Amino acid sequence: MDMKRDYYEDVKLFKSGTILFWSAVLLIFLFTLPIYLPSYNIYLLNIIMVNVILAVGLNILVGYTGQISLGHAGFFAIGAYGTSLIMMHLHLPFVAAIILAALIAAFFGFIIGLPALRLEGPYLAIATLGFGLTIMHIIGRWDVFGGRMGITAPPLDMGIPGSAFSYVVQGDVKIYYVILIITVLLVIAARNMMKTRVGRAFMSIRDDDIAAEVMGVNLTIYKTMSFAVSAFYAGVAGGLYGFVVGFFDPFTFNLILSIIFLVMITVGGLGSIMGAIMGAMLITYLQYDLLKNVENLPYLGGLLTMVSKKWFTMIGLANFSSIALGLIMIAIVIFEPLGMFGIWIRMKKYWKTWPF
Amino acid sequence: MAHFKVENLSISFGGIKAVNNVSFEVEENKIFSIIGPNGSGKTTIFNMISGIYKPNEGTIFLENENLVGMRPDTIALRGVARTFQNIQLFGNATVMDNLMLGRHIHMKTGILSGAFMWGRHSYAAKEEIRHREIIEHIIDFLDLQSLRDLFVSSLPYGKRKLVELGRALALQPKVLLLDEPSAGMNTEEKDDLRIWIKDIQEDYKVTILLIEHDMNMVMGISDRILAINQGMKIVEGTPKEVQRNPEVIAAYLGEEE
Repeated sequence: MDMKRDYYEDVKLFKSGTILFWSAVLLIFLFTLPIYLPSYNIYLLNIIMVNVILAVGLNILVGYTGQISLGHAGFFAIGAYGTSLIMMHLHLPFVAAIILAALIAAFFGFIIGLPALRLEGPYLAIATLGFGLTIMHIIGRWDVFGGRMGITAPPLDMGIPGSAFSYVVQGDVKIYYVILIITVLLVIAARNMMKTRVGRAFMSIRDDDIAAEVMGVNLTIYKTMSFAVSAFYAGVAGGLYGFVVGFFDPFTFNLILSIIFLVMITVGGLGSIMGAIMGAMLITYLQYDLLKNVENLPYLGGLLTMVSKKWFTMIGLANFSSIALGLIMIAIVIFEPLGMFGIWIRMKKYWKTWPF
Repeated sequence: MAHFKVENLSISFGGIKAVNNVSFEVEENKIFSIIGPNGSGKTTIFNMISGIYKPNEGTIFLENENLVGMRPDTIALRGVARTFQNIQLFGNATVMDNLMLGRHIHMKTGILSGAFMWGRHSYAAKEEIRHREIIEHIIDFLDLQSLRDLFVSSLPYGKRKLVELGRALALQPKVLLLDEPSAGMNTEEKDDLRIWIKDIQEDYKVTILLIEHDMNMVMGISDRILAINQGMKIVEGTPKEVQRNPEVIAAYLGEEE
């Protein structure tokens, strides 16, 4: 029922009993998922959740505040290196280390947000691009960061590493639970933030910054805040990513990664948390898993493999990965500018009004 | 000292004096209209009052405080709200969200308290509820009930004008600047708007500065009128005085041969 009895119903998390029920079902499903899935898929799920966190954060900046960032791989790298190095050198527990690293990323976000006060559109894109590339190269040249050879993430220790209070979380399945809890918390936090005062201020800057200012929104504070929050999310995602993959080097965090992040939120739907989640899921799946499954398809798989062997320099379907990704991106942007979120809204409308 | 006072206000854009040495005073809780032909500098005066333009010279006093040099958001904090000639709403947000943004300066929820809105008794939820109640009065007042959850970009022009007026009211300003509120409205809507502006003056106890081309409305509701032409003051006075002024007639109708 759409009848509202009090104002709290406008902002509360679960707008109806049905939504609460299905959210609970989804949560239980997610918590029991490792029982039904083979471990490679758990690894993939971990990557997906890391990307969900990042996409939700990036969407706060791009989708809600209307700023652009081509440097999010930089914040992602700060999170990954920061968390691992803090744990290795300062012997802090995982939770403290990842929060600290994310705060460092947020600080860099704040710094990058300052030029955003004067730059717009393509100019801001170039400034953030510069940041992303710089971070990658600084990390590559500096010995503390393992240089070009990269570093191996330390064990994911919930207690104090190397002491009697050490509690190591090992294996994809256990890491899955850690990431799942953090993802759920951060997604809910983002949703709440966007529903309240700060989210509205972000959205007002996106739609009309002059009107926003005249209504009392301080552009300096809120633009830099948006960058900082977004970078915080990227930092957390990076910190988790380190433990998922176990090993990373500076070139993991290249420009293409920043662009893939933007693809996720554009395909998913700008300015919607649900969209960011769906986009991150779809694009990660396409990147990591789709082509492996295509190879096993009857007829088509064989045909594509043959084409690849004959005309491409590399054998196997990797050749088609970027082509497929590109086609799907173009198709979604042309046919559904609101992204997957738009499709979702139309489906919801359809079921609500069914059978009419 | 007057409640709201503008003195010797001047601004030029590349050698053209858009506003030249304009002064006026507005008493508290009065409706003060600014009229003039197109391009005479009316909106420019509003832009200087709300801080979008920095005047080259002059002062703008609200309750003994000079607003010149302040950022637009600080001026909003001091109690100045406005609407725009070409409607500047937040198109991809609902009517409710647009109005709630008017409450921005009165609210305190930040990133953390917003993110931790767990349940009805959290700080952020309580604050949301309190301010949504205030907004509901404005929605009732302007008859926007059926539109509250619609996206602004889907609304007809006249309704958007009202939402913008509502957003400015939500800020609970001391001074309300209305830039051609009746533009694009039909006769019926204009009549409603006239009543609303009168009601706003009485119920909300605000000082209203009005730019308007509809002379019926201007002459009907204004306490005082300022007529300007080419950035300069022609005359200021009661509606009757302004109507009779030969220079005003000349500016509007052209000079008699």
